[in-house]
Amino acid sequence: MTRTRRLLVDPIRCDAHGLCAELLPEMVQLDDWGYPIVSDQAVPAHLLGHARRAVAACPTLALLFAEAEVAQPARSRR
Amino acid sequence: MLVAATDPKALWYLTRSFGLVSLILLTVTVGLGVAQLVRYARPGLPRFLIAGLHRNASLLAVATLAVHIVTAVADPFAPIALIDAVIPFIGRYRPLWLGLGALSFDLLIALVVTSLLRQRMGLRAWRMLHWAAYACWPIAVVHGLGTGTDARTGWVQLLYVVCVGLVLAALAWRLSTRWTTAPVGRRLGGAAATAVIVVSVAAWASQGPLRAGWARRAGTPSAQLAPGAPTPGSHR
Repeated sequence: MTRTRRLLVDPIRCDAHGLCAELLPEMVQLDDWGYPIVSDQAVPAHLLGHARRAVAACPTLALLFAEAEVAQPARSRR
Repeated sequence: MLVAATDPKALWYLTRSFGLVSLILLTVTVGLGVAQLVRYARPGLPRFLIAGLHRNASLLAVATLAVHIVTAVADPFAPIALIDAVIPFIGRYRPLWLGLGALSFDLLIALVVTSLLRQRMGLRAWRMLHWAAYACWPIAVVHGLGTGTDARTGWVQLLYVVCVGLVLAALAWRLSTRWTTAPVGRRLGGAAATAVIVVSVAAWASQGPLRAGWARRAGTPSAQLAPGAPTPGSHR
């Protein structure tokens, strides 16, 4: 069991400002209307800082961290 | 600060110049804040950059205001206590006009602190509090004109006109954007309220700080106005 952090978008709060995709393009793509499609993978360690920045920058606080216990060990990415 | 040791007037010059620098920074902060609201972005100027500049300009304004306040308190000429910079309207030196500066500074501190804690306090409360920015800036401008050592200097007047013009343009930008849910009636109300404020402040300024003898009427203690002391016509 490993504790990992994933990213979630609150679709009600999200207003398609798009700062998350600017700050974390590795995990956030925008759809045709400018709303984010967020990777459901655990945030890799080397992106955690950028993810925190994206979460803090969201104008509507719609980008959230979700703590999750996952069964499989997080794949190490280098 | 080195000059301050050699020339007693240096503190006073620092107070005035850092007041003007703060005015510029606060104006830039308001403009960048509105740019965020109307979702301004260009290929070389992404949203997060404008957000970061808005934040940094406001933090820099706190720093320049710290210098503005500390030098004003340290200057032996004007009887200003440190507490006058935080609690409005209690001082002996031009209490109303200095008090407006303290009020504006308190609002700015509240705006900065709540913005730094935005994630913890939640969006709705933060947004309500952030409306205070529209009080903070004009109060600071009236403080600048009212304490007004430089209100009758040509290039300072030009600076005021440019800053007020920029903020009015920003307001017009905000009121005309498609990114607001505010109904037309409320937008027109905002525009009308702004017009009333601008006209009243301009009318007051033309009768008050832009005329001779303002220092006496502004509530300067008589000791500073006594013969031999620097008069309104001189550098004070």
